[in-house]
Amino acid sequence: MKSFARSGVLGLVCAFIAAPAYAADVSTGPCGFCVLWDWIPFILNGFALNVVISILAMMLALVLGIGLGLMQISESKLASVPARFVTQLLRNAPWIVILFMIMSLIPYRIEVQGWGNFILSDWIKATFAFSLPVMANVSEILRGAVASVPKGQWESAESLAFSRGQSLRWIILPQCVKQMIPHLMNWFALLVLATPLASIIGVREAVGSAQAAMESAGSSPTLLIPFYFFLMMIFFIFIYPVAIWSRRLERNYAINS
Amino acid sequence: MQSIPDNSAVSLAASPSMVTVSIRDLHLSYGKLEVIKGVSLDIRRGEVVCIIGPSGSGKSTLIRCINGLTPFQSGSITVGDQQVGDAKLDKIRLRRKVGIVFQQYNLFPHKTALQNVMMAPLKVLKEPRAEVERRARELLAKVRLAGKEDSFPGELSGGQQQRVAIARSLAMRPEIMLFDEVTAALDPETVQEVLLTIRELAEDGMTCVLVTHEMAFAREVADHVYFTDGGKIVEHGPPEEIFGSPQDERTQRFLSRLL
Repeated sequence: MKSFARSGVLGLVCAFIAAPAYAADVSTGPCGFCVLWDWIPFILNGFALNVVISILAMMLALVLGIGLGLMQISESKLASVPARFVTQLLRNAPWIVILFMIMSLIPYRIEVQGWGNFILSDWIKATFAFSLPVMANVSEILRGAVASVPKGQWESAESLAFSRGQSLRWIILPQCVKQMIPHLMNWFALLVLATPLASIIGVREAVGSAQAAMESAGSSPTLLIPFYFFLMMIFFIFIYPVAIWSRRLERNYAINS
Repeated sequence: MQSIPDNSAVSLAASPSMVTVSIRDLHLSYGKLEVIKGVSLDIRRGEVVCIIGPSGSGKSTLIRCINGLTPFQSGSITVGDQQVGDAKLDKIRLRRKVGIVFQQYNLFPHKTALQNVMMAPLKVLKEPRAEVERRARELLAKVRLAGKEDSFPGELSGGQQQRVAIARSLAMRPEIMLFDEVTAALDPETVQEVLLTIRELAEDGMTCVLVTHEMAFAREVADHVYFTDGGKIVEHGPPEEIFGSPQDERTQRFLSRLL
């Protein structure tokens, strides 16, 4: 498995080096790789925003999603019915629609009394927009994980005088963590991959920056393959270690059971 | 409907404090399916009561009613000074008094044996950790599991897990212990070690209610045996009577099939 991953990375790197040369041969134009080299700092600068957006959105999605998930499994219909509705609505909406809605719903400037004005720049709105579908999925992952814990666990907790909240806190949720990790990781990867959508609303993240760079370098077709390959590489390099880390985390939680 | 024999009514009147669980005309159904059709019984302090009978006769449901795990439709269950059917029942107090051990052990898989035993006194009773741990180690030693404190349930045999479950329940210092077919899922070799633990508990004077298919054990350890069939108590009495000279034809048929 490991050697396969390594050879995969090697293959990608080879393709990345070979591709510009190939592209330069078939069509006349500037050497794509040379142009890319000059623009790498600019693209990486944009990529920093992808990283920041995805990490902030994930943290927000985790906090809100766990809250929403707990509301979903609440015994009170007043909490569970709206939570289920919000979860299903946001799980089943295209992210770009959510993004456009948030863009138009949230004002550019917010006044908080006694605190002054806050400017909500586009990337902050995008962060919030991306966190919503992930939040809904975290909520559903939590509900599913809790439902998958055998009924006997609730019963034995109950017969040991645990209240419902105590059972959740000490018995049920700790058993859910392990099985939630791979799903959460999966949604984090999807979130990172969705961040270039923010370029549509003018956020200068990596893909938008690369496109701007190609345009200012003359929009030669020889630029396409090196630039897009570079984008693939940086997304891969960011996400893949997270996948490995999550597998390790999973193993740590796997102690028996 | 079950009538309580005269002698128990007399002892009931003479020393009501001796009766710790009193069930009167209990009815329970799941939808249209009537599971318990009017059961009455008394359990005295320090007594070992065994409930035997064919599968589906409502035995497990009956003892799950005693600690409020399964709600019932009519009749009454009194445990000490508490009415189990009461809408404002203090369930926490009831469950501190009544421990239960299940057929499937239901240990917490993410916690070690010691942590399983310590959990409820720590989190529910909020007792000091050092004191809880001392008692938990004592209890594990009592169920012959000294040395297994740090094992996870997945690393223990069925019989060992079941003894951890007994220790876990005892950690709440209950007055009554309910055993719901606790040996039914075990290998024949490990059944004996669990029965030994229960016997020692009974000898220590713990009030025990057992739903069991272990007839030899029931005969030996019980003070009183109830035979249930079809959601009713068909016959009850001291083990010598029930096993030695059963009166009801259903009891006779059930016992002859097993022997």
